[in-house]
Amino acid sequence: MSFPILTVAAALPAVGAVLTAALPPATNARSRDRNKVVPLLFSLGTLVLACVVAARYQPHGARYQMTENHSWIPQFGISYSLGVDGLGVVLILLTGVLVPFVMLASWHDADPVVDDSGTFERNRRTQGFFALILAVEAMVVIAFEATDVFLFYVFFEAMLIPMYFLIGGFGDRTKGEDAKQRSYAAVKFLLYNLLGGLVMLAAVIGLYTITHTFSLVSITTALQNGSLHFSSTAENALFLGFMFAFAVKAPLWPLHTWLPNAMGEATPGVAVLITAVVDKVGTFAMLRFCLQLFPQASKTFAPAILVLSVIGILYGALLAVGQKDIKRLVAYASISHFGFIILGIFALTSQGQSGAELYMVNHGVSTAAWLLVAGFLMSRRGSRLIADYGGVQKVAPIMAGTFLVGGLAILSLPGLGPFVSEFLVLVGTFERYPALGIVATAGIVLAALYVLVLYQRTMTGPVKPGNEGVGDLKARELVVVAPLIALLLVLGVYPKPVADIVNPSVNQTLSQMGQSDPPPHLTSAHINAATTTTGGGQ
Amino acid sequence: MDNLIPVLVAVPLLGAALLLCGGRRLDRVGHWLGTLLAFASFGVGLALFFSMLGRSTADRPVHLNLYTWIPVNGFQAEVGFQLDQLSMTFVLLITGVGSLIHLYSIGYMAHDEKRRRFFGFLNLFLAAMLLLVLADNYLLLYVGWEGVGLASYLLIGFWQHKPSAATAAKKAFLVNRVGDVGLSIAVMLMFTTFGTFAFTPVFADAPKATQATLTGIGLMLLLAACGKSAQVPLQSWLGDAMEGPTPVSALIHAATMVTAGVYLITRSSAIFNLAPAAQLATVVVGAVTLLFGAIVGCAKDDIKKALAGSTMSQIGYMVLAAGLGPIGYVFAIMHLVTHGFFKAGLFLGAGSVMHGMNDEVDMRKYGGLRKYMPLTFVTFGLGYLAIIGFPGLSGFFSKDKIIEAAFGHGGTEGWILGTCTLVGAAVTAFYMTRVMLMTFFGEKRWVPDADGHEPHPHESPAVMGAPMVILAFGSVFLGGLFSINSSFVHWLSPVTGYQEGHSPLSTTTVTACTTVVLLLGVGVAWMMYGRKPVPAVPPLGSLLTRAARRDLLQDDFNHVVLVSGGSHLTRFLVYLEGKGLDGLVNGIAALIGGTSGRVRKVQNGYVRSYALSMFGGALVLAATTLLMRAV
Repeated sequence: MSFPILTVAAALPAVGAVLTAALPPATNARSRDRNKVVPLLFSLGTLVLACVVAARYQPHGARYQMTENHSWIPQFGISYSLGVDGLGVVLILLTGVLVPFVMLASWHDADPVVDDSGTFERNRRTQGFFALILAVEAMVVIAFEATDVFLFYVFFEAMLIPMYFLIGGFGDRTKGEDAKQRSYAAVKFLLYNLLGGLVMLAAVIGLYTITHTFSLVSITTALQNGSLHFSSTAENALFLGFMFAFAVKAPLWPLHTWLPNAMGEATPGVAVLITAVVDKVGTFAMLRFCLQLFPQASKTFAPAILVLSVIGILYGALLAVGQKDIKRLVAYASISHFGFIILGIFALTSQGQSGAELYMVNHGVSTAAWLLVAGFLMSRRGSRLIADYGGVQKVAPIMAGTFLVGGLAILSLPGLGPFVSEFLVLVGTFERYPALGIVATAGIVLAALYVLVLYQRTMTGPVKPGNEGVGDLKARELVVVAPLIALLLVLGVYPKPVADIVNPSVNQTLSQMGQSDPPPHLTSAHINAATTTTGGGQ
Repeated sequence: MDNLIPVLVAVPLLGAALLLCGGRRLDRVGHWLGTLLAFASFGVGLALFFSMLGRSTADRPVHLNLYTWIPVNGFQAEVGFQLDQLSMTFVLLITGVGSLIHLYSIGYMAHDEKRRRFFGFLNLFLAAMLLLVLADNYLLLYVGWEGVGLASYLLIGFWQHKPSAATAAKKAFLVNRVGDVGLSIAVMLMFTTFGTFAFTPVFADAPKATQATLTGIGLMLLLAACGKSAQVPLQSWLGDAMEGPTPVSALIHAATMVTAGVYLITRSSAIFNLAPAAQLATVVVGAVTLLFGAIVGCAKDDIKKALAGSTMSQIGYMVLAAGLGPIGYVFAIMHLVTHGFFKAGLFLGAGSVMHGMNDEVDMRKYGGLRKYMPLTFVTFGLGYLAIIGFPGLSGFFSKDKIIEAAFGHGGTEGWILGTCTLVGAAVTAFYMTRVMLMTFFGEKRWVPDADGHEPHPHESPAVMGAPMVILAFGSVFLGGLFSINSSFVHWLSPVTGYQEGHSPLSTTTVTACTTVVLLLGVGVAWMMYGRKPVPAVPPLGSLLTRAARRDLLQDDFNHVVLVSGGSHLTRFLVYLEGKGLDGLVNGIAALIGGTSGRVRKVQNGYVRSYALSMFGGALVLAATTLLMRAV
């Protein structure tokens, strides 16, 4: 029995969450900081474990590695089984990297209130905030590891609870009508995702009635060796049930409307957690469950999903252009980017799928960089309205510079990570569906529009009254931003290490589906010509 | 020796990194550091050039693969360089003119508090532009392509506190992005057709591809070229780009970046040669733009905008030549190089004038400056003679060849194209003479500015003068040098191919024609601006003049169709999202969860209600598990 690294990687943040929640309320600045440093250390520990997982992963080894298998509810064939493939590894790594930055960026978002006499308000608000983040991290990590459909389902649903409290309980709008807006956003988030989850639950049960197991590996093996066969009606219905839940979470147009509310009302750190980490579970699950469990149905529905993705790319981008609120703008930009990710997944080509998997990483890092800097700006003035800002580059040049670099990553400038993935997705789509690929390229132009318009309105021009006092980035904020920017550069200039990890899992998924890339036209022409010649000779 | 190729790119890139991240410590030396690194890159370029000269023609191109950039199943993108005669020409132009403009900027930007950042951006531009011309595949070229776009964006908007500069920068980036889409579609087409997008295999296999595919690739590359090189219909950004500091206009928006489209077409000659429809589109774009730019250039009173119209027009000549195929490629590049010198010289001269005139750009407020700025007058004057094609100067050799090649295209098309280039030459002579007369001749027309400061025109310092002198030398002699024994043709033709056109007119006739139209243009300008004083307030002008002042209404069209149309669309979608989609879903949610008011009450920010909700959440989970067991 080898060391259960995957369990430990998920358990560490879970333990951290419990311990943090149990810390006594702060009475002075020291105990307040302790209440934040403890969870930060746990998230850093998780990052170390994520690195260990990545280091132990062998790209050319077995499909699922570092596996653990324990019977859980044997009556229903439910087991606690974990294992990671290349996609799981990079997403665990992404989660491990982003959570400490989210915590650092949110350092003062849940500070206890101190009254005039210097007395700290006695409650567990601070601990609660950081414990919830750790709880989300634990559940996301285990979702990336689960190879049992039911186990995945449980955590896919359970992570809604801490997310609900993070969205509803913390943020800049705490009084009166504003607070109502926030709880509305939290409830909307919950209802949407619960609805998706319920539909998925029905499909999970349906899957069990046919296969009598929840084991992903057993089902896919049985599908491949022919001992299991779905009727096409059943397969289509089950696929749609799973896909609906994942499309809500990802989110795919037109199921996206919860995201702008949730990201708009949440603190910038929590908004990053939603879009960069939690939503990735949706696209991850499309790859892991939809494509592998229901290969035929995936092919059947691919064209329809691709059309929705392209609509999402353009719709999200156009709405981003029309936003007045910075956080909602970022949310719509994310909807556009999720369109690209899903496009890459369902193009069913190795370029598209590798691109989609890299895109998940790049979208996480670039959105984190962009939105966290925007958050630093917003925290200085307490406003989310674009119109309240102007000329900030004059008073805070480093903030403006990093905000621009983050934005350039969002608009997929070559040299930064997102370009690589976006181009792969487009090429991968184009080779099978040229028209969709070309329409999707309009997203490239629109991304430049919403990024540069936002930059122009907030950062350039004469300093707008009220912005004179906007200070430049502080040390803590630089520690958040600089590594993310460095990471974007590395991912753009030398993405090979990440590509090498995800490529084998892409190949396995596609070969499992019996799907191969369309060959270049010239090669196929050659083959045809060669066949004709041989035929003529006989 | 060839291992030095990546160094060419790395040196200015290092400069950009140092200057942009180095902080205030580098404020005092930043400009010298940036200039030094630009010259270092030029030195490396020269070393590579002489090494290349020492080899026989067949051995001149070198390839160097640095590392695998994007490895995905079936899709290999390499970071690989290709240095052949075509790239070499560009390397010397970019680093040579680039270094001179760095030097000039030391003086020009002396009083700008953000000078270090300016040099960082200039170095970044050099690195990106060198990457563009050294890449051995289209995807890496794309990196340089958008990289120069970024540098251009940063430098046009360098004075970000001016809203007009910020708007111009954004516009330039957006219009370029439309072109970039063309380049990315071209790369995708190459990948699906050839399975690769590296130059060598694509060009080798091009003859096997279908006509439709090649035409598609060619048109998409042309779209990209239109964006970067400000050709109709994507030309609208260049005039506004003059918001950038003048050295930027000289380097990026005259000598180098805007010519990248010509490079792209010439580099892709193997594709264009096999796609006549794409070639036809290219010559049409070139011919239309050369007239468009020239007409706009005639109407502008802003010296930089007049020169920008001229740049557009001159690049139109190059694009037209490149569209002619093997009879034109060499001359497109030759004109590109000579234009790089004289146009950069003209812009630096304009900058020198502005420097001495409190940043005034309106030529109606100049006049008689030759007495105050003799060096600027002489160097600008030589650039002027070069661009109008005065016999014996650089522009004469390179532009005449293009006119000849246009006629040499043959048939009716040849006559039409040839006539366009001749008309363009006449208009060029007109608007450049106009600039010259309004700026340096006549009576002084300058007036005190709003604060009551009267300009005291004075010559610029030596650090600005020296680059102007060197560029003027190039403007005078380069064309002649290239034409001795057709040396430029021999140098470049192994890469681009070369074939004589069958011009119905002899070289002598063409030269005679160009001389006549030149005199005509100069004469008309003299009648209008030399013989009588230039009014300080622009006259109303004819309908055409008024349209030309507004860039032939193209911006108005853009504004009505794209800007307001687009903003109506987004506003409509925002409305729809709120009322339609969201309203529908909210309705359902309200049905399921009781009234939406009740669910809102659940959340009121107290620990007790958190506990309550937590309990509710647990109930949901329990219910689901029970449901599970029930099934």
